[in-house]
Amino acid sequence: MNLLVLRRKLFDAVMIALSLGATAFTLFWLAWILWTTVTQGASALKLSIFTQMTPPPGSDGGLLNAFFGSFMMVVLGVVIATPIGVLAAIYLAEYKRGTRVAGVIGFVNDILLSAPSIVIGLFIYELLVLPFGHFSGYAGGVALAMIMLPIVVRSSAVALELVPPETREAALALGLPRWKVTLSVIARAARPGIITGLLLGVARISGETAPLLFTALNNQYWTANPGAPMANIPVVIFQYAMSPYDNWHALAWAGAFIVMLFVLTLGIITRVVFRQGARS
Amino acid sequence: MTDSLPSSEAKQARASEAADRAFRWLTAAMALAVLVILGATGFSMFWGGRLAFQTFGLHFIVSTDWDAVSHQFGALIPIYGTLVTAAISLIIGVPASFGIAFTLTETAPRWLRQPLSVAVELLASIPSIIYGMWGLFVFAPFMAADIEPWLNDHLANAPVLSTLFTGPPIGIGMLTAGIILGIMIIPFISSVMWTVFNAVPPQLKESAIALGATRSEVMMKVTLPYTRNAVVGAIFLGLGRALGETMAVTFVLGNAHEFAKSLLMPGNSIAAVIANEFTEADSPIYTSSLIALGFLLFVVTFIVLAIARLFLYRLGRIEGARP
Repeated sequence: MNLLVLRRKLFDAVMIALSLGATAFTLFWLAWILWTTVTQGASALKLSIFTQMTPPPGSDGGLLNAFFGSFMMVVLGVVIATPIGVLAAIYLAEYKRGTRVAGVIGFVNDILLSAPSIVIGLFIYELLVLPFGHFSGYAGGVALAMIMLPIVVRSSAVALELVPPETREAALALGLPRWKVTLSVIARAARPGIITGLLLGVARISGETAPLLFTALNNQYWTANPGAPMANIPVVIFQYAMSPYDNWHALAWAGAFIVMLFVLTLGIITRVVFRQGARS
Repeated sequence: MTDSLPSSEAKQARASEAADRAFRWLTAAMALAVLVILGATGFSMFWGGRLAFQTFGLHFIVSTDWDAVSHQFGALIPIYGTLVTAAISLIIGVPASFGIAFTLTETAPRWLRQPLSVAVELLASIPSIIYGMWGLFVFAPFMAADIEPWLNDHLANAPVLSTLFTGPPIGIGMLTAGIILGIMIIPFISSVMWTVFNAVPPQLKESAIALGATRSEVMMKVTLPYTRNAVVGAIFLGLGRALGETMAVTFVLGNAHEFAKSLLMPGNSIAAVIANEFTEADSPIYTSSLIALGFLLFVVTFIVLAIARLFLYRLGRIEGARP
């Protein structure tokens, strides 16, 4: 009897200790990765990073063209993914809620949500690079839009479903057409949730590398023309980190640090927006 | 009904009906786009890889060749590397995720739960390229200098372990890549786990506690059986991530096309081969073989993720059926 109690208590203590260990183990890696990126990135930060172009091997330079290219492609991705994603979510949440059609599309969307991004890159390569014969910023932007789309669909659909049915009924009772009710009443009520999804999507695509490798590729020079290969931060980080040059490594760390700062800041903003939405 | 209205109002009503229909069709088309994207992705991989499939047939999957000069390509080495690194990542990621979920639902003080879960979610928001850089510049040298010599010293005479865990301590290799993948999938698995653990009806847990169960017994005998489907789904979700992850492993796998029994040896994975070699492929059969690899990856991850979602949905349905 006493032995049994002892064994059960021992098992309990061991399991609690192991679980605490697992939590500490995970936080340890988080701290290590953050620490490395912050120290390496901060020591590589210079004003010239924001004012000069990516350099040839062995000379100094900055990341200006890569920042600009990343900015252009992320904007393009958002511009493409937002209307498609929100409208698709409206179809799922407003017109087909609870039906088999919504179930199937939601299921496929959830698969796309965690599909390997490199496969999306290959797909856009086949679709937009091969037929035109050259890499382009447009192809990069479309690839990023593909990554972002399922995130927008998912969070918008969830936000739309949370709007109380009375809101819809009250608006319809005023005699407004359905599309107007959906866009200016229901979508507005769901706006914090939709914006949360957009921010999550931007955070996700601004660090994506694999889908840009075969779509936007890279460009050592300044270009504002998305029809041509375009520099972008993730691919520059990849190529510079793999290179044997120390000053390229430093630039890669600076780029990684800024991307991480951007993504984590977005994460904080997302939480604030979401909390405000929950309160209102 | 519109007939009895004055004609201008009737016109307005008709116009608004047409606008309604158009809007509905527009949203339907956008929702359909989601299905089309998945289908088109699969088809374009298949189409791009058809030259490789025609040339090598089923031999493509079992061949270890990878020779750009004599145009012989086979997928076995990358497939092997993908599976081995994913297996290592699950061995690390699943117990760690379970531990975190247990701590967060049962033992951590309430004020600590929110910050802890935010911290773990931070791991998911770090871009994979940063994992890759950290792996290449910090973690691989650490493995080479500290972990791998220790493994070589202590496991040299162990029966199976000596084949797996001894070898040249170069830091770059399948073990390093697998560990990094394991860290990366923890937030995905653990967030599903603690969500479903928290959703267990408190009456069930309280009954067990009233009978004198310890917290571990509540977890193992009430919570875990109740949420089994979702836990399996979460593990498959993590597996899907690990199979398809690209940048983090590309840095630390070493892009080797030789078969190695030792986990300390460089290897390759499907995603890493594509990332490393696609822009350098200089012949149609080379490019096609890489896209064919992409097709295999697409099919495997599709199946794994579909299984994950089916398990997760089943849980949703059970919960929905309960009052």
